[in-house]
Amino acid sequence: MLKEIIFYGRGGQGAVTAANLLASAALKSGNKGVQAFPFFGAERRGAPVKAFARISNEEIFLRSQIREPDIVVVLDTGIMDVIDVTQGLKENGTILLNTPRNPSELSLPYKTATVDATTIAIENEILVGGIPVVNTPMVGALIRLLDGVKLEALQEAVMERFKGRAGEKNANAVKVAYEKVKL
Amino acid sequence: MIVIDTANHISALAAKMARARVIAAYPITPQTTVVEKLAEYVESGELDAEFIRVESEHSAMTACIAAEAMGVRTFTATASHGLLLMHEMLHWAGLARLPIVMVNVNRAIGPGWNIWSDANDSMAQRDTGWLHFYCSSNQEVYDSIIMAYKIAESQEVMLPAMICYDGFILSHTSMPVEVPEQSKIDEFLPEFKPAWKIDVENPITHGNIVEPHYYARIRYDMQVAMERAKKIIEEVGEEWGKKFGRDYGLVQEYKCEDADYVILTMASMAAEAKVAVDELRNKGEKVGLVNLRTHRPMPFERLKYDKIIVIERAVSFGLGGIVYNELKGRVPELYGFIAGIGGMDVSYRDIERMYELAKEGKDGWYPIEVK
Repeated sequence: MLKEIIFYGRGGQGAVTAANLLASAALKSGNKGVQAFPFFGAERRGAPVKAFARISNEEIFLRSQIREPDIVVVLDTGIMDVIDVTQGLKENGTILLNTPRNPSELSLPYKTATVDATTIAIENEILVGGIPVVNTPMVGALIRLLDGVKLEALQEAVMERFKGRAGEKNANAVKVAYEKVKL
Repeated sequence: MIVIDTANHISALAAKMARARVIAAYPITPQTTVVEKLAEYVESGELDAEFIRVESEHSAMTACIAAEAMGVRTFTATASHGLLLMHEMLHWAGLARLPIVMVNVNRAIGPGWNIWSDANDSMAQRDTGWLHFYCSSNQEVYDSIIMAYKIAESQEVMLPAMICYDGFILSHTSMPVEVPEQSKIDEFLPEFKPAWKIDVENPITHGNIVEPHYYARIRYDMQVAMERAKKIIEEVGEEWGKKFGRDYGLVQEYKCEDADYVILTMASMAAEAKVAVDELRNKGEKVGLVNLRTHRPMPFERLKYDKIIVIERAVSFGLGGIVYNELKGRVPELYGFIAGIGGMDVSYRDIERMYELAKEGKDGWYPIEVK
């Protein structure tokens, strides 16, 4: 079963890293087909960016961009004022938002999940230049919405990506987000 | 071991595992991370090679030519305008019969400035005497680079090889790649031992004036070598299949046996087209796919189908589709689409649509003008 995911964020927030961590964790969890790629364009820090991931238990031959995602992940809800993040989202698709609010408060026309990734990042001291980096907790929350990507596999992928203490902090943030995501 | 990484990092890994001894390269988007990774390998000592920093791609190719003539295995990588700047020295490498292996990450040519995928950069180098290969996956990038050394360095070939793949679509996309053990690669690709080399102990002369009679003969020999390369490409691909479980050849066919129509395309579109063929087969359409892995030498003998639909990401202005025109007159019913120019996203649905259009007798620039 193919799952297609789009990550929306701002340049510098690590949306591309999030997609890569998901793909790596999916591979470690035994999925044969995984892909992660950025939106092909010129990136600028702070500008809205997109990244894509595909997961399947079979080899993936698709090379085109994702037009009808199963899940959209929004790292920064501020961009929802300028971008329609639900564009192409499948009718039964899910939207995962970084917000302290409950899904029921948002009354979006899609299945909605929320996680307060910013607070989790601050509590776990995942900061770059004083700014909380939410990509790892967002992926931690995301895998609750997916079958077949294990928490341990994601933590392992995170530890490989971020060495030493940074790895431990991020791996913990992943676990907290995984547990705290509101469905 | 299965690793997950971008085609650019996989390229650098393949060059390392092929034990390239001299690397001369200049960074250019979307190839930059190939050069960065190789520089890291050399700096950390993981790769025992000389990394020659150059001021341009023209010099990068020149350095590779000089090193290769000394009997040393070389590697370089470029894209788009970088490849165009190399043009003069590409001819030199080909005509000097030096089996250099190079990666070209296909990218559009400016102006209008565009960093996205487009095959016109490498297509414009098709007459330089290089073997041209196009890859549809990161795995194929890895496998093709290692195989390219074996093919290019074969005494029956002795021609440089260009491995092409789509900018961003593969270059920046992480996918799983099975990487064999170094010892298995060493077994498959032994040390480079050329029949001749520049050697102070055994002085020979190079690049002298050559009178017409000899010049014509030398060029004729290149054409013969290109033809011989067809056999070597198939043999090396078969050997790779036996050792590592993935068969390659001049082309890769998919569901062609009973096909009424065959879609012929290259690089990443050849992977996407597999999905289109499956979708069309589900609808009862008898359609197959040929992935044209090798563009030089052109494997006409493997393209004997009655109805071919060519989909290509390049154009020869004033002529039209390049592969399409190369096949014209050799295929009873031929349709040609130019698609994906400058990074236009081509999905399997677009490929299905092109198939439907061809069945109505239409072709052309998709989706700009089809008639």
